[in-house]
Amino acid sequence: MKKALVFLLVLAMLVPLFAGGSKEDDNTIRIGVFEPASGDNGAGGKQETLGIEYANSLTPTIELNGTVYNVELIKADNESSNDKAATAASMLVNEDVSVVLGSYGSAVSIAGSDIFRAAGVPAIGVTCTNPQITEGNTHYFRICFLDPFQGTVLAAYAYNEIGARKAYCLSKLGDDYSGGLVNYFIEEFERLGGECVSETFPEGNSDFTSYIANAKNSGAEVFFSPVSTEAAQLIIDQSSSQGLGMPILAGDTWDSNVILQAARGKSNVDVTVTTFYPEGADASFDNGFKDWVNADSTRLANNGGDDTVAAVTAMGFDAYNFALQAIKNAGSSDPADVMEAIWKTEIDGVTGHIALEQVNGDAIRNTVYVKHCNTETGRWDALPAVVVGE
Amino acid sequence: MDKAKKRKLALTWTCIAALYLVILILELTMRPTSILFTVLKKGAIYSLVAVSMNLLNGFTGLFSLGQAGFMLIGAYTYAILTMPSEVKTSQSVYKYYQCFITFDTGVFIGLLAAGLMAALFAFLIGLPVLRLKSDYLAIATLGFAEIVRAVFQWDVLGPVTNGANLLRSYIDLTRVTIPFTDIPFPPTLFVFIAAGVCILLIVLLINSSYGRAFKAIRDDETAAEAMGINLFRHKELSFVISSFFAGISGALLAMFQYTVQAQQFKSMMTYEILLIVVIGGIGSISGSCIASFLYITLSEWWLRGLDMGTFLGINAPGLFRSGFRKLVFSIIIMIIVLFFSRGIMGDKELSFTRIKAFFQRKGKNRKEVKA
Amino acid sequence: MIGFLHDNLSYFLSGISVGGQYALIAIGYTMVYGILRLINFAHGDVFMAAGLVMVYLSSSLPFTISIPLVIIITVALGFLIERIAYKPLRSAPRMSVMISAIGVSYLLQNAALYFTGGLAKVYPSIPFLSDSIVIWDATTRMVTIITPFLTIILVVLLTLLIKHTKIGMAMRAVSRDFETSQLMGIKINNVISITFMIGSLLAAVASLLYFTNYASVTPTSGSMPGLKAFVAAVFGGIGSIPGAVIGGFIIGICENIIKGGASIFGIPGTGWTTFSDAFTFAFLIVILVVKPTGLFGEKSVDKV
Repeated sequence: MKKALVFLLVLAMLVPLFAGGSKEDDNTIRIGVFEPASGDNGAGGKQETLGIEYANSLTPTIELNGTVYNVELIKADNESSNDKAATAASMLVNEDVSVVLGSYGSAVSIAGSDIFRAAGVPAIGVTCTNPQITEGNTHYFRICFLDPFQGTVLAAYAYNEIGARKAYCLSKLGDDYSGGLVNYFIEEFERLGGECVSETFPEGNSDFTSYIANAKNSGAEVFFSPVSTEAAQLIIDQSSSQGLGMPILAGDTWDSNVILQAARGKSNVDVTVTTFYPEGADASFDNGFKDWVNADSTRLANNGGDDTVAAVTAMGFDAYNFALQAIKNAGSSDPADVMEAIWKTEIDGVTGHIALEQVNGDAIRNTVYVKHCNTETGRWDALPAVVVGE
Repeated sequence: MDKAKKRKLALTWTCIAALYLVILILELTMRPTSILFTVLKKGAIYSLVAVSMNLLNGFTGLFSLGQAGFMLIGAYTYAILTMPSEVKTSQSVYKYYQCFITFDTGVFIGLLAAGLMAALFAFLIGLPVLRLKSDYLAIATLGFAEIVRAVFQWDVLGPVTNGANLLRSYIDLTRVTIPFTDIPFPPTLFVFIAAGVCILLIVLLINSSYGRAFKAIRDDETAAEAMGINLFRHKELSFVISSFFAGISGALLAMFQYTVQAQQFKSMMTYEILLIVVIGGIGSISGSCIASFLYITLSEWWLRGLDMGTFLGINAPGLFRSGFRKLVFSIIIMIIVLFFSRGIMGDKELSFTRIKAFFQRKGKNRKEVKA
Repeated sequence: MIGFLHDNLSYFLSGISVGGQYALIAIGYTMVYGILRLINFAHGDVFMAAGLVMVYLSSSLPFTISIPLVIIITVALGFLIERIAYKPLRSAPRMSVMISAIGVSYLLQNAALYFTGGLAKVYPSIPFLSDSIVIWDATTRMVTIITPFLTIILVVLLTLLIKHTKIGMAMRAVSRDFETSQLMGIKINNVISITFMIGSLLAAVASLLYFTNYASVTPTSGSMPGLKAFVAAVFGGIGSIPGAVIGGFIIGICENIIKGGASIFGIPGTGWTTFSDAFTFAFLIVILVVKPTGLFGEKSVDKV
């Protein structure tokens, strides 16, 4: 019995060795979706993936040199974790993808980056805002704004609009996204003449009451905490029960219905976020997406249980179209050609015009949308957008 | 040494050489992006760390759960040392700190230093901790690994460790070259050679008089002491050596991953390695190696379908969704722990006589199998 | 002094409340260890599972039904884990049982990962417990105040049970000498099952209190509280119930003082918060080395 089992196991080990690796289908172009579906950033990653899937459902084919190709999305869950990102990335590379989209979360993007580099596959960052992702390489691009920009806008907002002179900043230990954003926020806020207190919390922490007490005791007038949505819902909940008594400010991750659901009915919570896209800016996209999401219960669940259009969804939508345009410009699905073509690709997406600067391959963006959480309706209220320069 | 033994030894070496040759050929012929190489590399790295844990848990009888901590030390030492000095000073990795270490070293010094640093920490920790008994030792080493993780994430050490942020741009597997040339070293082969040499050293140690002393301690501490074995010294030795190799495997893991961050070396990682050791058989080197490859291949490759909707041609996205692979996996592990607690190999080693015997005994009664 | 206490009351309140929750979990560890000499690594995950069960049950049932149901299911889970994963290994080496415990922990976490889809689940807010109140200018939740009292009441009840009932006597006998008590006719499997059930019951109560305060359940939310509670049990002297309770409170308070260190002592932040978890373990190692029997532990009888 035991022997037969061992025998079967050995057999099972040997079979795929020879079976794998033959996936040449001429009429398919594969696009890798490198997004978290679980872990800290699972909720956001799922919403971003929805945007990509929605775009794929609208434009499922592409015509190159007279031949029509099907576009297939290959999804790999990077589990919001830097070590899992490496294997998820190698899985995508193994599947012969032409280009990779993602990831939500800066740290995993950096972790996966070198695998794409080694394989010569271009990657397009959708909403990862840390500058390190595209800096000093030629294969990682990005269609969103960067943290130095977002951090500056947030600091200016805190200083000028909220009128705060002292800020309490809370980031997650070892998280490039929140750490980076807090760093740029502090730089600008102190340049403006403000004062900052900054602290970090370790991974897996769920007791934020002491941090909230620290913020209160420090005399801060604004609580800046651009952390993952998972920590965010705890922070909102506990700041309500502990009576934080100051506005909370956060970056693009908090533009999520997880936040809305957490803040709903808690009238003493005041949350303002900056983001890529305000719902309602493109009615045909919004309505189309809502219909598409409502048509399927899994999609609805992945979108957090309602049909709110998250900014990351719109970004995912644009990323897919941007990638398709790049493949079209390249006239080939070969990763090297696509990489070459991305530099010159431009589209008019739902989140605005997308074109890349030619040093790092980052999008040229100068608009940040600001939203305020309405705790009564459980929806976002749009505030005037901030346009930098011009 | 009698002739039969000699012949067996020669046969073993031939097989190992053949294995390396196959890997070299595969690397030269197949696409380098194939997932096969990912699995082979990670499998080899896990083999090394599993064997190093087995040296402690299986051969010396010390139940230690600090492996992830030593891997972390090794990975960081390697990454910091081999990162080119111009990268360190250019603010591209050390964004928020001024890097304190301004020199860089090559791969081999980096690997060696990784092991030595882990060994040094092990020596210091071993002094108080190794006097504890079984489960107290386990929990103390587990706690130690958590402390190491926190220390490496500490802001104040930022100029050395880059705080809690990622380390990257050090010499990873694609940047290793054949000594004195610029020809890139085939990465999978490199991992196999590095892990292979380390495992060979451990095997030699186990077969030496030290190894026999370790086993004596495992079987009966009091008796071992009565025989004149210095308990503490041998435990400390085993602990330090095991950590040395855990450090090297941490460095190899860092090379494999391209980036490394303290955050990933959680207690869950140690548990995984422990489970690999248990699956392979506590006290069997070849068992640990087989189990590592099996574990990595299943979890990273063959069972991935369980997470992605289709497995073995069955399409059931409702059942086969994110996380199902791990669930199936943990159930298999529980079955092994409960019903096959001796693992794949028990405390025996893989050898030709056993393989031959395995096939010959087919169909005979079970009594002989146990003998 | 009074001023200091007043200014930092919120830290102490948080500390006492989380400490009480650690204490309740720690009792589960300490009782099991006392009887089986087993670190039940899965105990923290049983606590997490109780939280998840509550999330799912409360979405369709009123609290008056779902709360007792959560407790019953958790108790059943503890019972099943013991019967399936530990009982078959009773004569195996101690290391095998511990590995089995780690395996169960891994299984529970992965099962939770599968069922939640890897996303954090929002814990329902239980009326009354989650209401905000203001004490001496510190705003907090009702549960913060209730936790220490509830903990003490439960511990007193438990002590009475152990001191004055037949099953309690059997438990004491088994923890004193496993084999002899078996010879004396004590049904050892029943005693062990009941120990696990009591531990799980307290873990379920702890999860109600803990997640009301920190209202999000993830597959790994049990592991840290679990480990900390274990440290609390070691600190108090493993096997000793009052020890576990005092250990729980001390660890909870210390942890929050470290988190608030910069503000309490006026030292500008040098990243002490990084060590809020590591502190617990440093504390553990110091105790193990200096006084392995803990505060109230009996003299260690080496049972190799």
